[in-house]
Amino acid sequence: MAEVIQIQVNGEQRDCRAGSTVGDLLRELAIKTERVAVELNLEIMDRTDFEHRNLKEGDRVEILSFIGGGAPMDIHGIGRGSVHAE
Amino acid sequence: MQNDRLIIAGREFTSRLFVGTGKYKDFAETQKAIEASGADVVTVAVRRVNITDRSKENLLDYIDPKKYTILPNTAGCYTVEDALRYARLARAAGVSDLIKLEVLGDERTLFPDTAGLIEAAKVLIKEGFIVLPYTNDDPIVAQKLVDIGCPAVMPLAAPIGSGLGIRNPYNLKIIMEMVKVPIVVDAGVGTASDAALAMELGADAVLMNTAIAGAQDPIAMAEAMKYAVYAGRLAYKAGRIPRKLYATASSPIEGMLQ
Repeated sequence: MAEVIQIQVNGEQRDCRAGSTVGDLLRELAIKTERVAVELNLEIMDRTDFEHRNLKEGDRVEILSFIGGGAPMDIHGIGRGSVHAE
Repeated sequence: MQNDRLIIAGREFTSRLFVGTGKYKDFAETQKAIEASGADVVTVAVRRVNITDRSKENLLDYIDPKKYTILPNTAGCYTVEDALRYARLARAAGVSDLIKLEVLGDERTLFPDTAGLIEAAKVLIKEGFIVLPYTNDDPIVAQKLVDIGCPAVMPLAAPIGSGLGIRNPYNLKIIMEMVKVPIVVDAGVGTASDAALAMELGADAVLMNTAIAGAQDPIAMAEAMKYAVYAGRLAYKAGRIPRKLYATASSPIEGMLQ
Protein backbone atom coordinates (compact mmCIF):
# COMPACT_ATOMS: atom_id res chain seq x y z
CA MET A 1 0.00 0.00 0.00
CA ALA A 2 1.29 3.40 -0.98
CA GLU A 3 1.49 5.98 1.74
CA VAL A 4 -1.41 8.41 1.82
CA ILE A 5 -1.23 12.09 2.66
CA GLN A 6 -3.97 14.62 3.31
CA ILE A 7 -4.25 17.75 1.23
CA GLN A 8 -6.92 20.39 0.69
CA VAL A 9 -8.32 20.92 -2.80
CA ASN A 10 -10.65 23.86 -3.40
CA GLY A 11 -11.41 23.96 0.29
CA GLU A 12 -12.12 20.24 0.70
CA GLN A 13 -9.98 17.65 2.46
CA ARG A 14 -8.74 14.93 0.20
CA ASP A 15 -6.53 11.86 0.38
CA CYS A 16 -3.70 11.73 -2.03
CA ARG A 17 -0.94 9.23 -2.77
CA ALA A 18 2.38 10.33 -1.32
CA GLY A 19 4.75 11.38 -4.07
CA SER A 20 2.07 12.35 -6.56
CA THR A 21 2.43 15.60 -8.45
CA VAL A 22 0.01 18.43 -9.17
CA GLY A 23 -0.28 16.98 -12.68
CA ASP A 24 -1.32 13.61 -11.18
CA LEU A 25 -3.97 15.34 -9.09
CA LEU A 26 -5.42 17.15 -12.11
CA ARG A 27 -5.60 13.88 -14.05
CA GLU A 28 -7.24 12.13 -11.12
CA LEU A 29 -9.86 14.89 -11.03
CA ALA A 30 -10.26 14.70 -14.83
CA ILE A 31 -9.37 18.36 -15.21
CA LYS A 32 -7.76 19.42 -18.45
CA THR A 33 -4.68 21.46 -17.70
CA GLU A 34 -5.37 23.95 -20.44
CA ARG A 35 -7.24 27.03 -19.18
CA VAL A 36 -6.97 26.27 -15.52
CA ALA A 37 -4.91 28.14 -12.99
CA VAL A 38 -3.47 26.34 -9.99
CA GLU A 39 -2.53 27.99 -6.75
CA LEU A 40 -0.44 25.92 -4.36
CA ASN A 41 -0.27 27.34 -0.83
CA LEU A 42 -1.24 30.78 -2.17
CA GLU A 43 1.43 30.72 -4.83
CA ILE A 44 0.31 30.68 -8.46
CA MET A 45 2.00 27.86 -10.29
CA ASP A 46 3.61 27.94 -13.65
CA ARG A 47 1.87 25.43 -15.90
CA THR A 48 5.20 23.81 -16.79
CA ASP A 49 5.75 22.92 -13.11
CA PHE A 50 2.59 20.80 -12.78
CA GLU A 51 4.43 17.56 -13.48
CA HIS A 52 7.45 18.36 -11.31
CA ARG A 53 5.82 19.64 -8.19
CA ASN A 54 5.18 16.94 -5.57
CA LEU A 55 2.32 17.36 -3.17
CA LYS A 56 3.07 17.38 0.53
CA GLU A 57 0.97 16.72 3.63
CA GLY A 58 -1.26 19.72 4.36
CA ASP A 59 -0.80 21.39 0.97
CA ARG A 60 -3.60 23.71 -0.03
CA VAL A 61 -4.45 23.54 -3.70
CA GLU A 62 -6.85 25.86 -5.51
CA ILE A 63 -7.87 25.00 -9.05
CA LEU A 64 -9.63 27.76 -10.96
CA SER A 65 -11.09 28.25 -14.37
CA PHE A 66 -13.31 30.63 -16.30
CA ILE A 67 -17.05 30.74 -15.69
CA GLY A 68 -19.82 32.98 -16.90
CA GLY A 69 -19.39 36.45 -15.49
CA GLY A 70 -19.63 40.10 -16.13
CA ALA A 71 -22.07 41.01 -13.47
CA PRO A 72 -20.96 40.01 -10.00
CA MET A 73 -24.02 38.26 -8.67
CA ASP A 74 -23.95 35.00 -6.75
CA ILE A 75 -20.23 35.27 -6.67
CA HIS A 76 -18.01 34.39 -3.77
CA GLY A 77 -14.33 34.68 -3.35
CA ILE A 78 -11.91 31.80 -3.16
CA GLY A 79 -12.43 30.11 0.16
CA ARG A 80 -15.97 31.37 0.49
CA GLY A 81 -17.89 28.55 -1.10
CA SER A 82 -17.64 26.75 -4.38
CA VAL A 83 -19.12 28.34 -7.42
CA HIS A 84 -20.01 27.14 -10.85
CA ALA A 85 -22.42 28.93 -13.14
CA GLU A 86 -25.33 26.76 -14.12
CA MET B 1 -18.73 52.72 -41.30
CA GLN B 2 -16.52 50.17 -43.04
CA ASN B 3 -13.33 51.32 -41.38
CA ASP B 4 -14.86 52.40 -38.11
CA ARG B 5 -12.77 50.05 -36.02
CA LEU B 6 -12.29 50.27 -32.30
CA ILE B 7 -8.67 49.89 -31.26
CA ILE B 8 -7.65 49.20 -27.66
CA ALA B 9 -4.02 48.47 -26.82
CA GLY B 10 -3.31 47.64 -30.45
CA ARG B 11 -6.20 45.17 -30.69
CA GLU B 12 -8.80 45.90 -33.32
CA PHE B 13 -12.50 45.24 -32.79
CA THR B 14 -15.34 45.39 -35.28
CA SER B 15 -18.19 45.41 -32.78
CA ARG B 16 -18.56 48.15 -30.22
CA LEU B 17 -20.69 45.98 -27.97
CA PHE B 18 -18.89 44.03 -25.23
CA VAL B 19 -20.91 41.38 -23.43
CA GLY B 20 -20.71 39.51 -20.15
CA THR B 21 -21.46 35.81 -19.78
CA GLY B 22 -23.07 35.70 -16.34
CA LYS B 23 -26.66 34.88 -15.38
CA TYR B 24 -27.62 32.83 -18.41
CA LYS B 25 -29.74 29.69 -18.12
CA ASP B 26 -26.99 27.51 -19.56
CA PHE B 27 -23.94 27.65 -21.79
CA ALA B 28 -25.98 26.98 -24.92
CA GLU B 29 -28.06 30.08 -24.27
CA THR B 30 -24.92 32.06 -23.48
CA GLN B 31 -23.44 31.01 -26.78
CA LYS B 32 -26.54 31.92 -28.79
CA ALA B 33 -26.91 35.30 -27.12
CA ILE B 34 -23.27 36.19 -27.72
CA GLU B 35 -23.57 35.19 -31.32
CA ALA B 36 -26.72 37.30 -31.74
CA SER B 37 -25.03 40.29 -30.12
CA GLY B 38 -22.23 40.28 -32.68
CA ALA B 39 -19.78 41.12 -29.88
CA ASP B 40 -16.04 40.54 -30.25
CA VAL B 41 -15.17 41.06 -26.59
CA VAL B 42 -16.65 38.69 -24.02
CA THR B 43 -16.10 38.99 -20.28
CA VAL B 44 -15.69 35.98 -18.00
CA ALA B 45 -15.07 35.44 -14.30
CA VAL B 46 -12.45 33.26 -12.63
CA ARG B 47 -13.75 30.78 -10.08
CA ARG B 48 -13.01 27.44 -8.48
CA VAL B 49 -13.44 24.43 -10.72
CA ASN B 50 -16.21 22.18 -9.46
CA ILE B 51 -14.19 19.13 -8.45
CA THR B 52 -17.08 17.06 -7.12
CA ASP B 53 -19.09 17.19 -10.33
CA ARG B 54 -16.81 17.01 -13.32
CA SER B 55 -19.72 16.59 -15.71
CA LYS B 56 -20.08 20.37 -15.68
CA GLU B 57 -18.82 21.71 -18.93
CA ASN B 58 -16.28 24.44 -19.47
CA LEU B 59 -17.50 27.84 -20.65
CA LEU B 60 -14.63 28.08 -23.09
CA ASP B 61 -15.92 24.98 -24.87
CA TYR B 62 -18.80 27.21 -25.91
CA ILE B 63 -17.02 30.51 -26.40
CA ASP B 64 -14.08 29.92 -28.66
CA PRO B 65 -11.10 32.06 -27.58
CA LYS B 66 -9.94 32.03 -31.19
CA LYS B 67 -13.14 33.71 -32.29
CA TYR B 68 -13.70 36.05 -29.36
CA THR B 69 -11.45 38.21 -27.24
CA ILE B 70 -11.87 36.79 -23.75
CA LEU B 71 -11.74 39.49 -21.12
CA PRO B 72 -11.45 37.99 -17.62
CA ASN B 73 -12.67 40.17 -14.79
CA THR B 74 -11.96 40.51 -11.10
CA ALA B 75 -15.66 40.64 -10.24
CA GLY B 76 -16.47 40.07 -6.61
CA CYS B 77 -13.18 41.53 -5.34
CA TYR B 78 -13.45 44.10 -2.57
CA THR B 79 -9.78 44.56 -1.78
CA VAL B 80 -6.70 45.39 -3.81
CA GLU B 81 -5.11 42.10 -2.71
CA ASP B 82 -8.07 40.04 -3.93
CA ALA B 83 -8.21 41.87 -7.25
CA LEU B 84 -4.48 41.27 -7.80
CA ARG B 85 -4.86 37.61 -6.90
CA TYR B 86 -7.72 37.06 -9.35
CA ALA B 87 -6.02 39.02 -12.12
CA ARG B 88 -2.90 36.90 -11.77
CA LEU B 89 -4.97 33.70 -11.68
CA ALA B 90 -6.79 34.81 -14.83
CA ARG B 91 -3.51 35.29 -16.60
CA ALA B 92 -2.20 31.96 -15.31
CA ALA B 93 -5.31 30.27 -16.72
CA GLY B 94 -3.83 31.19 -20.01
CA VAL B 95 -5.89 33.45 -22.20
CA SER B 96 -4.02 36.76 -22.33
CA ASP B 97 -2.74 39.77 -20.41
CA LEU B 98 -6.11 41.50 -20.66
CA ILE B 99 -7.98 42.10 -17.43
CA LYS B 100 -11.18 43.92 -16.64
CA LEU B 101 -10.21 45.32 -13.28
CA GLU B 102 -12.92 45.69 -10.67
CA VAL B 103 -12.25 46.68 -7.09
CA LEU B 104 -15.64 47.05 -5.48
CA GLY B 105 -16.35 49.38 -2.61
CA ASP B 106 -19.69 48.25 -1.32
CA GLU B 107 -21.95 45.22 -1.72
CA ARG B 108 -25.19 47.08 -2.07
CA THR B 109 -24.21 49.44 -4.86
CA LEU B 110 -21.23 47.54 -6.27
CA PHE B 111 -19.73 50.95 -6.88
CA PRO B 112 -16.01 50.90 -7.55
CA ASP B 113 -13.51 51.69 -4.82
CA THR B 114 -11.59 54.09 -7.03
CA ALA B 115 -8.65 54.52 -4.65
CA GLY B 116 -8.20 50.75 -4.57
CA LEU B 117 -8.74 50.59 -8.32
CA ILE B 118 -5.89 52.99 -9.05
CA GLU B 119 -3.61 51.19 -6.62
CA ALA B 120 -4.34 47.78 -8.14
CA ALA B 121 -4.07 49.10 -11.70
CA LYS B 122 -0.58 50.47 -11.02
CA VAL B 123 0.65 47.10 -9.78
CA LEU B 124 -0.88 45.13 -12.64
CA ILE B 125 0.37 47.51 -15.33
CA LYS B 126 3.87 47.14 -13.90
CA GLU B 127 3.43 43.37 -14.21
CA GLY B 128 2.55 43.73 -17.89
CA PHE B 129 -1.22 43.45 -17.72
CA ILE B 130 -3.47 45.37 -20.10
CA VAL B 131 -5.83 46.87 -17.56
CA LEU B 132 -9.36 47.90 -18.50
CA PRO B 133 -10.72 49.46 -15.32
CA TYR B 134 -14.36 49.48 -14.27
CA THR B 135 -14.67 52.92 -12.74
CA ASN B 136 -17.06 55.60 -11.61
CA ASP B 137 -18.39 58.37 -13.82
CA ASP B 138 -15.73 60.60 -12.32
CA PRO B 139 -13.62 62.41 -14.94
CA ILE B 140 -10.70 63.01 -12.57
CA VAL B 141 -10.41 59.35 -11.67
CA ALA B 142 -10.74 58.42 -15.36
CA GLN B 143 -7.84 60.73 -16.21
CA LYS B 144 -5.72 59.30 -13.39
CA LEU B 145 -6.31 55.79 -14.73
CA VAL B 146 -5.14 56.91 -18.15
CA ASP B 147 -2.10 58.64 -16.66
CA ILE B 148 -0.94 55.43 -15.01
CA GLY B 149 -1.28 53.52 -18.28
CA CYS B 150 -4.79 52.14 -18.77
CA PRO B 151 -5.44 51.91 -22.54
CA ALA B 152 -9.20 52.46 -22.05
CA VAL B 153 -11.50 53.38 -19.20
CA MET B 154 -14.88 51.85 -18.44
CA PRO B 155 -17.10 54.21 -16.46
CA LEU B 156 -20.46 52.98 -15.23
CA ALA B 157 -23.77 54.29 -16.53
CA ALA B 158 -25.60 53.17 -13.37
CA PRO B 159 -25.08 50.46 -10.71
CA ILE B 160 -24.28 47.00 -12.09
CA GLY B 161 -27.42 45.10 -12.99
CA SER B 162 -29.71 48.02 -12.10
CA GLY B 163 -30.99 48.72 -15.61
CA LEU B 164 -31.33 52.39 -14.71
CA GLY B 165 -29.65 53.53 -17.90
CA ILE B 166 -27.43 56.58 -18.35
CA ARG B 167 -27.83 58.38 -15.04
CA ASN B 168 -25.19 61.02 -15.54
CA PRO B 169 -24.79 61.80 -19.23
CA TYR B 170 -22.97 65.04 -18.49
CA ASN B 171 -20.18 63.41 -16.51
CA LEU B 172 -19.81 60.72 -19.14
CA LYS B 173 -19.61 63.43 -21.80
CA ILE B 174 -16.91 65.25 -19.83
CA ILE B 175 -14.94 61.99 -19.53
CA MET B 176 -15.25 61.48 -23.29
CA GLU B 177 -13.99 64.98 -23.98
CA MET B 178 -11.25 64.91 -21.37
CA VAL B 179 -9.76 61.49 -21.75
CA LYS B 180 -7.84 60.57 -24.89
CA VAL B 181 -8.35 56.80 -24.79
CA PRO B 182 -11.43 54.75 -25.73
CA ILE B 183 -14.34 54.97 -23.29
CA VAL B 184 -16.41 51.87 -22.72
CA VAL B 185 -19.63 52.60 -20.85
CA ASP B 186 -19.89 49.64 -18.51
CA ALA B 187 -22.84 48.59 -16.39
CA GLY B 188 -26.32 49.92 -15.77
CA VAL B 189 -27.79 49.71 -19.26
CA GLY B 190 -31.39 48.46 -19.18
CA THR B 191 -32.58 48.37 -22.75
CA ALA B 192 -31.62 49.20 -26.32
CA SER B 193 -32.27 52.95 -26.10
CA ASP B 194 -29.83 53.20 -23.17
CA ALA B 195 -27.12 51.62 -25.28
CA ALA B 196 -27.93 53.90 -28.22
CA LEU B 197 -27.78 56.94 -25.94
CA ALA B 198 -24.36 55.94 -24.61
CA MET B 199 -23.07 55.67 -28.16
CA GLU B 200 -24.73 58.95 -29.23
CA LEU B 201 -22.94 60.67 -26.37
CA GLY B 202 -19.70 59.55 -27.96
CA ALA B 203 -18.81 56.38 -26.09
CA ASP B 204 -16.45 54.14 -28.03
CA ALA B 205 -18.21 50.99 -26.85
CA VAL B 206 -20.77 49.67 -24.37
CA LEU B 207 -20.33 46.68 -22.06
CA MET B 208 -23.34 44.91 -20.65
CA ASN B 209 -24.44 41.62 -19.15
CA THR B 210 -27.68 41.73 -17.17
CA ALA B 211 -29.60 43.78 -19.75
CA ILE B 212 -29.23 40.87 -22.15
CA ALA B 213 -29.04 37.84 -19.85
CA GLY B 214 -31.92 39.07 -17.68
CA ALA B 215 -34.28 39.92 -20.54
CA GLN B 216 -37.28 37.66 -21.09
CA ASP B 217 -35.79 36.67 -24.43
CA PRO B 218 -32.03 37.13 -24.05
CA ILE B 219 -31.23 36.20 -27.63
CA ALA B 220 -33.67 38.75 -29.08
CA MET B 221 -32.35 41.40 -26.67
CA ALA B 222 -28.78 40.60 -27.70
CA GLU B 223 -29.74 41.33 -31.28
CA ALA B 224 -31.54 44.53 -30.25
CA MET B 225 -28.38 45.67 -28.46
CA LYS B 226 -26.29 44.98 -31.53
CA TYR B 227 -28.46 47.33 -33.60
CA ALA B 228 -28.76 49.91 -30.82
CA VAL B 229 -25.00 50.20 -30.44
CA TYR B 230 -24.59 50.37 -34.20
CA ALA B 231 -27.36 52.95 -34.64
CA GLY B 232 -26.03 55.05 -31.78
CA ARG B 233 -22.57 55.02 -33.30
CA LEU B 234 -23.92 55.99 -36.74
CA ALA B 235 -25.94 58.83 -35.22
CA TYR B 236 -22.92 60.07 -33.29
CA LYS B 237 -20.79 60.09 -36.43
CA ALA B 238 -23.59 61.69 -38.45
CA GLY B 239 -23.93 64.57 -35.97
CA ARG B 240 -27.30 65.32 -34.51
CA ILE B 241 -29.23 68.58 -35.00
CA PRO B 242 -29.18 71.10 -32.18
CA ARG B 243 -32.12 71.13 -29.78
CA LYS B 244 -34.44 74.12 -30.20
CA LEU B 245 -37.45 75.17 -28.18
CA TYR B 246 -39.69 76.08 -31.14
CA ALA B 247 -40.64 74.44 -34.39
CA THR B 248 -38.86 74.86 -37.70
CA ALA B 249 -41.01 73.86 -40.66
CA SER B 250 -39.50 71.19 -42.81
CA SER B 251 -41.82 71.70 -45.78
CA PRO B 252 -41.41 74.91 -47.89
CA ILE B 253 -44.06 77.62 -47.58
CA GLU B 254 -43.43 78.67 -51.18
CA GLY B 255 -46.02 77.29 -53.64
CA MET B 256 -48.83 77.06 -51.14
CA LEU B 257 -52.36 78.04 -52.30
CA GLN B 258 -53.21 81.71 -51.89
